[in-house]
Amino acid sequence: MFVLLCQVCEKNQATIHFTKIINGNVEERHLCDSCAKENNDLDFDLPFSFQKLFTGLIGSIPEGQDVIKNITCKCGLTYKKFMEIGKFGCAQCYETFKEDVDSLLQGIHGHNEHRGKVPSRNRSKILQKRAMETLRVELEEAVGKEDFERAAVLRDEIKKIKEKLDMIEG
Amino acid sequence: MTKWLEGIGKDEDVVVSTRVRLARNMENYRFPDFMTIDESEGVVHRVLNAMKINDKDNLYRFYQIKDLSQLERNVFVEEHLISPSLAKSSKNGSFLLRDDEKATIMINEEDHIRIQVLLPGLNLEDGLKSSENIDNALEQNIEYAFHEQFGYLTSCPTNVGTGLRASVMVHLPCIAMTGHLNTVIEGLRKIGLTSRGIYGEGSKALGHLFQISNQTTLGEREEDIIKKLNKVIFQIVGRERSTRAYMLDKKRIQLEDKIFRSLGTLNYSRLISSAEAMTLLSNVKLGTDMGIIKNMNSKDIVKLMIEIQPASIQTNIKKDMSKEERDIYRAQLIRNNLVSLEG
Repeated sequence: MFVLLCQVCEKNQATIHFTKIINGNVEERHLCDSCAKENNDLDFDLPFSFQKLFTGLIGSIPEGQDVIKNITCKCGLTYKKFMEIGKFGCAQCYETFKEDVDSLLQGIHGHNEHRGKVPSRNRSKILQKRAMETLRVELEEAVGKEDFERAAVLRDEIKKIKEKLDMIEG
Repeated sequence: MTKWLEGIGKDEDVVVSTRVRLARNMENYRFPDFMTIDESEGVVHRVLNAMKINDKDNLYRFYQIKDLSQLERNVFVEEHLISPSLAKSSKNGSFLLRDDEKATIMINEEDHIRIQVLLPGLNLEDGLKSSENIDNALEQNIEYAFHEQFGYLTSCPTNVGTGLRASVMVHLPCIAMTGHLNTVIEGLRKIGLTSRGIYGEGSKALGHLFQISNQTTLGEREEDIIKKLNKVIFQIVGRERSTRAYMLDKKRIQLEDKIFRSLGTLNYSRLISSAEAMTLLSNVKLGTDMGIIKNMNSKDIVKLMIEIQPASIQTNIKKDMSKEERDIYRAQLIRNNLVSLEG
């Protein structure tokens, strides 16, 4: 088996591995327990809390600052606690903390929009919305290419879907 | 025991098993870490009712963590039927296990519902299909927490979107022996996949067994996640096989020596830890998969790898044992099994 040495002391085996992503710059770090403890940039509670690490991905908070927003979700989860544990208390939290959720998910997954399966009760609505999104992109392309005939067709299709959606949503 | 291993899987010389897991939560209930005992009871009832309607053939058996002894819980974990964190759940953690043991519905783990399908060999497509069938059945009677933009909502943001974690357990002794494991693990990480030990997150790699799985769950379709993983597994299987062929060609004696010494130690030891046994059994498995050991079946070795784990050992004997007692009994169990496997 391979042994990766700590990047700080270069003596002990690195047991803590993490990737820092700041504005798209990826930096890998490998540290041993004792160097990780002494590392001031990192607020480590050993055993290493990886939940805490990815709350660092939240983009609206300037690096090195603690911004405590005064928001509490109806499930009782406060913003402060959410930042600490990096976990949600209920489904509603995704809306309550939406401003930060977007960048958090972008940081973790590289995406912030679901493209997979949809529960049957939401299916028709979401599939229509996705179709509309695709058509919108095509419309922009058509306009860009000055293909106005195609653009007109696309515009009509979008309008049709929009009407359907308005009906579903009542 | 280890019923889920039954049946024929693809690429079983390198791939031990395929696991597909879907994470789901119910609307109007707080996530397990935040809910009260009463709420967690409500979740259990809702899931049981939903399954009662769907499970007309009575294929599922219901277990509650609190009714199981510590030992029994650990055996379910060692057999990969439930996750280590479900075994620790104090808020009405429970599960429904299908009689072929290939499907489990975990309730009140980190999320309200976790559907797991476990199959022998490489079989991601069937794994996804089966788990989605269970998911479709449940959603007829359960309102899932779903967000138009973020998809299926989960307690931890790392699972949101599809809630899908597909993992393939691979046996990579030759890649490990030739020192290329690091390259493989690094490569996986770069393309958004991850490798873990055999009991999931944070567990050690025992017996050259690795679980390779998708790291991200949001932004790609389920089919695409599976397709990507399949392609990568195909590469890794090819690499392990070509390394095996290379070693057979260039280092045959050294390889045979290692394999038969392992078999010898297993056959004659009187005291053996699970870590040592896993390494030696891994070599013997390699020997059977490469045709160097002819009279044994590789799947029986995998079963033995599970049966010698600490908790499984103790349920065979049905009592709590000290570490030394376990090591003695483990050595004995392996000797008996190998004799019968060798015929």
